[in-house]
Amino acid sequence: MSPGLLHYLAVSGLIFLIGLAGVVVRRNIIVVYMCLELMLAAGVLAMVVFSRFLGQTDGQVFVFFIITVAAAEVAVGLALIVALFRARRTTRLDELNTLRF
Amino acid sequence: MPGALWWLLLLLPIGSALLITAVLRPYRVASAAVSVFSAGACFMLAVWGVASGAAAPEPVAWLRASDWVVMVAMMLDPLAEVMLLVVTGVGFVIHVFSLGYMSDDPGRSRFFGGLSLFMFSMTGIVVSGNLVMTFIFWELVGVSSYLLIGFWFERPSAAAAANKAFIVNRIGDFGFLLGILAVWGTLGDLGFGPLRAKIEAGALDTAPWLPVFLMALGLFCGAVGKSAQVPLHVWLPDAMEGPTPVSALIHAATMVAAGVYFLCRVFFLIEMSVPALDVIAWTGGATALVAALIAVRQDDIKRVLAYSTVSQLGYMVMAVGLAAPAAAMFHLCTHAFFKALLFLAAGSVIHALHHQQDIWKMGGLRTAMPVTFWTFAAGALALAGCPGLSGFFSKEAILEAAHETASPLLWLGLLTAFLTAFYMSRLAMVAFFGEGRERRAREAKESPAVMVVPLVVLAVLSVVGGGLGIYGVLRGEAAAADAEGHGWLVPALSFLVFAAGVGTGAWLYRDRERDPLRLGALRDKLYFDEVYGATVVAANGRLAQFWDWFDHFVISSLFVRGTGLVAGGVGNACRFLQGVGASGYAFLFAAGAALLLLWAAVR
Amino acid sequence: MDATFFEWVLFWTLAVGAVGFALLVVAGRSPVSSALSLACSMVFGAGLMVQLRAYFIAAVQVLVYAGAVIVLFLFIIMLMDLRAEVGRRRGALGLLAVAVVCVSMAVAGWRALAPLAGGGGPPPAAPDEVRQFGRLLFADNVLPLEVTGVLLLVVMVGVVVLCRPGGADGERGRP
Repeated sequence: MSPGLLHYLAVSGLIFLIGLAGVVVRRNIIVVYMCLELMLAAGVLAMVVFSRFLGQTDGQVFVFFIITVAAAEVAVGLALIVALFRARRTTRLDELNTLRF
Repeated sequence: MPGALWWLLLLLPIGSALLITAVLRPYRVASAAVSVFSAGACFMLAVWGVASGAAAPEPVAWLRASDWVVMVAMMLDPLAEVMLLVVTGVGFVIHVFSLGYMSDDPGRSRFFGGLSLFMFSMTGIVVSGNLVMTFIFWELVGVSSYLLIGFWFERPSAAAAANKAFIVNRIGDFGFLLGILAVWGTLGDLGFGPLRAKIEAGALDTAPWLPVFLMALGLFCGAVGKSAQVPLHVWLPDAMEGPTPVSALIHAATMVAAGVYFLCRVFFLIEMSVPALDVIAWTGGATALVAALIAVRQDDIKRVLAYSTVSQLGYMVMAVGLAAPAAAMFHLCTHAFFKALLFLAAGSVIHALHHQQDIWKMGGLRTAMPVTFWTFAAGALALAGCPGLSGFFSKEAILEAAHETASPLLWLGLLTAFLTAFYMSRLAMVAFFGEGRERRAREAKESPAVMVVPLVVLAVLSVVGGGLGIYGVLRGEAAAADAEGHGWLVPALSFLVFAAGVGTGAWLYRDRERDPLRLGALRDKLYFDEVYGATVVAANGRLAQFWDWFDHFVISSLFVRGTGLVAGGVGNACRFLQGVGASGYAFLFAAGAALLLLWAAVR
Repeated sequence: MDATFFEWVLFWTLAVGAVGFALLVVAGRSPVSSALSLACSMVFGAGLMVQLRAYFIAAVQVLVYAGAVIVLFLFIIMLMDLRAEVGRRRGALGLLAVAVVCVSMAVAGWRALAPLAGGGGPPPAAPDEVRQFGRLLFADNVLPLEVTGVLLLVVMVGVVVLCRPGGADGERGRP
């Protein structure tokens, strides 16, 4: 018996949780961003898994769009980080507290 | 005349008022012309309409609330027609007189605008066919009187007088409003015609006396305020602060007459309650006497006339209370003629003396201003009740009514008549006879024709007004026939009282430099203003202080700022929740999601 | 050595690789190593997709993520000359809290997914799956595809604007 649905989903879930933990724990804004990408990739993987196990190709089309939009998002996010870095000379999340009460 | 033309009676004055206020403000001559034209046209219209017996126009539905409709309706019975002629006629004469009197006032446009509004409101009351309309025009009269009494608003006394007139009238109008509500509550209708039909059908025959009494009293309250009855008479003498034509208008043709006219209009309602009639009669009697007493010791020519008006209004109200509304209306008409005449004559004197109003600084005007003197004399004699002049007939009609009911009010009325003759002769003696006491009085000249002609017209009306058949119209044809045969007692007493009053006045005040009578209490108007100041006004001030304190410390501090402080404190206490930074938010978000997932899993 | 055993070996290798490199992303001290770990994790994830016979998405994943996105990350890191993270780390309490949250999420997920256990591999892929995929993408979903293209264009313009020397405010933002 080959690996089942649950196995693949477990991998996806683990990656997701690791990404989540990274988002919370890390202070470097770029690393936090990478962790966000990790979570997104975990979601993509889960989507592919479901698509294949349900035998429906539509899910993969969806994933294609997700990846495209995620790439766009990365570009914009990194541009923002660059702008932020120019203005504040830092990439540490806990130093970006201008709007904090 | 087509009935629909009656609407012009209302549209002309309001159109004139709006036109003057909106467009013609800077053009003083044009404003005056428009206003006088509209007043004249109204008078012509009224004459034409009454002469041709035109029917009232079709009522127009104005407000609808389910099955209850407020109509804009006119009621044109003989009562309204007589009043209409008096209002528009006297109003027109006063308009013409104002042309001369106000010729050098910079605010003439505003004045004529106010005058037109006043005519509009008063005409509205006269022709109104239901209580809602009456109330609206009633308030409009209050507004326009406020505007005109306070015409010289830069004078603090004029502004205060305008406020006083307005506020005192509000007190009466509150009762009026309650009365209207009571009428609606008990009879379920507000039109005069339907109300009358219902009452004649016996709608109130089985009603307990107290609600009917209170209803009548509420309606009477409005008249107490407008017609300046004791104890709400205090505004009228102060209203002398307005220009003299306004005083004439208020006293003769419009505002104060509205109260008496209204009482006659709803007399069919009031007479359902005998106690209310008693209250009305005695209020009127008291007013007549009190005002006459005060008038005896006033030095301002307009104030004497003002208290005389209050006193005569007391007479009229007394007549209503004695169940003789026709006599009241008769006296109202004759009074409109001679009181307008007296005020305009006084205005002529004041104009000639450059706004000197103290009679003890006049004197000798008989020769300087002959036309003014003779017309004033005619008015004064009519007011005093000289036999043959209009005032004698109307006053006698009221006294006759008192005599018929054998009421002690007859003696009160006679005493008032004596006082009236006395103070009018005093006024004439001091102001017109003897030598001029001041340079201005010695140099006075007769007023221009535009002011003198109205005086002559009104003087003629004052002399012959008693014989015009107004009384017959008001009483109806049948009653007029037997009205001739009453006894000789009342006329004789009236004449005696008149002769005694004039004689005493002439004897006491001939060639005097100062007032021979002390009577400080009368000079101080029986302390009405002082008593009100010490009680009502002071209590109101205390109450206002308390509420100011309440507003400041309870509303503002406790509620408003307290609420703000609580919100701010809670926010301060909770702000640590918001202070964790982006990672913290992510963590809280994740924790929340985890909690939801756990809840979903274990559910 | 049958095919099933081989599949298990492959699965475990790929799974451990993907998860392990994901852990390295979080644990790595320098951003460069994090980025490289992310790329590796993505490649292993793509391997899992290959094992599921979703070849096209696997290729896209490698090209877009491991290729473009990671290169972008690396480029930015180099541009900003980022060093290893300095300053204090999270306290033990914070880490514990994060761990509690993650574990509870995992437990909840496990409880939800446990009924799906077993059942073997996915159904065999249709022989013309890529053709099907192309038809779906370029015929049935052509409008979203075009919209995505416009989105990419907008993103490109936006990024250029954001990264100008004056920032989004243009010349006025220059200090």
